[in-house]
Amino acid sequence: MNLFRIFSRPPSSAPAARERLQVLLAHERAVVGGDSDLVAKLRDEILRVIQKHMKIDQEKVSVTMERGDQMSTLAVDIEIPFKPGKKAA
Amino acid sequence: MGKVIVVTSGKGGVGKTTSSAALGAALAQGGEKVVVVDFDVGLRNLDLVMGAERRVVYDIVNVIQGDAKLTQALIRDKRLETLYLLPASQTRDKDHLTPEGVEKVIAALKKSFDWVICDSPAGIERGATLAMRHADVAIVVTNPEVSSVRDSDRIIGLLDSKTLKAEAGERMEKHLLLTRYDPARAARGDMLKVDDVLEILSIPLLGIIPESMDVLRASNVGAPVTIADGSSAPSRAYFDAARRLKGEELEVTVPGNEKRGFFGKIFGRKAA
Repeated sequence: MNLFRIFSRPPSSAPAARERLQVLLAHERAVVGGDSDLVAKLRDEILRVIQKHMKIDQEKVSVTMERGDQMSTLAVDIEIPFKPGKKAA
Repeated sequence: MGKVIVVTSGKGGVGKTTSSAALGAALAQGGEKVVVVDFDVGLRNLDLVMGAERRVVYDIVNVIQGDAKLTQALIRDKRLETLYLLPASQTRDKDHLTPEGVEKVIAALKKSFDWVICDSPAGIERGATLAMRHADVAIVVTNPEVSSVRDSDRIIGLLDSKTLKAEAGERMEKHLLLTRYDPARAARGDMLKVDDVLEILSIPLLGIIPESMDVLRASNVGAPVTIADGSSAPSRAYFDAARRLKGEELEVTVPGNEKRGFFGKIFGRKAA
């Protein structure tokens, strides 16, 4: 372990810090500048549309996001109860 | 029922967020179920230090205002299964952090976690007082430096008067976490010694975290230092502090970097 440390320093971490900050601040500046966070807006509207058609149990909804520099992903995972007796709409 | 810990200091920049993340991760690495809660509404940073900044969906204010369930706002760490983060809100006013709301959130977290670590904002305003309000144990983070020690003294006063425990007439358990300590400078007489700080603040010592490049490196890559490099000097200090929190009695030492060899000294310096 010790020898390892002497001859191979860990890869520099500053580039990672720079990249993380650039992505984060690009998103945050957009929000502070007045445009609301697009991903958050989509999240709210998607949930509202679904609520129009069915009652959502908030506990059964999982929303995840991953903000990236080129692309962000939004995943809305909803458990939809299935009642065999009822005819599908 | 979980234990509620507040990590506080009064002064900013002494290492509250770093220590919250490192201790939280250290406890979770030992299998405990841990949630770290960011109370710095408007200036959140715990998400960044823990490397979850891209995954924040909801925050503590969303939960308090009923826009999201607590389980939806909790972010699970990608590296440790039992480590969770509850982010602060970045955009909303800190007035949205209400005493009733915080009480509900903490009560719910206590039920499902072994440890609830509240990362306090600097200062003595609303965020800081709410972060400490429900604590069972307080960790006072202090640098061996005059203004930090003074502010810690002030915070100790608040812990003894403004918390639920204090108001109920109970004794608040407080521990000192001395961070950014440089044994060589202290030995030269250029830095307050551990004993100086202990004598002035007179609360028991939880740990001494040595000044180290490893802390900056960990925050650069978005990992608590105990995860980024578990064998580094600050990590070993945090692991020991976590064991003391769990009630173990360990002698407090200042972990140092193992002595570098001749080549290490020559080549190591340049990159550092």
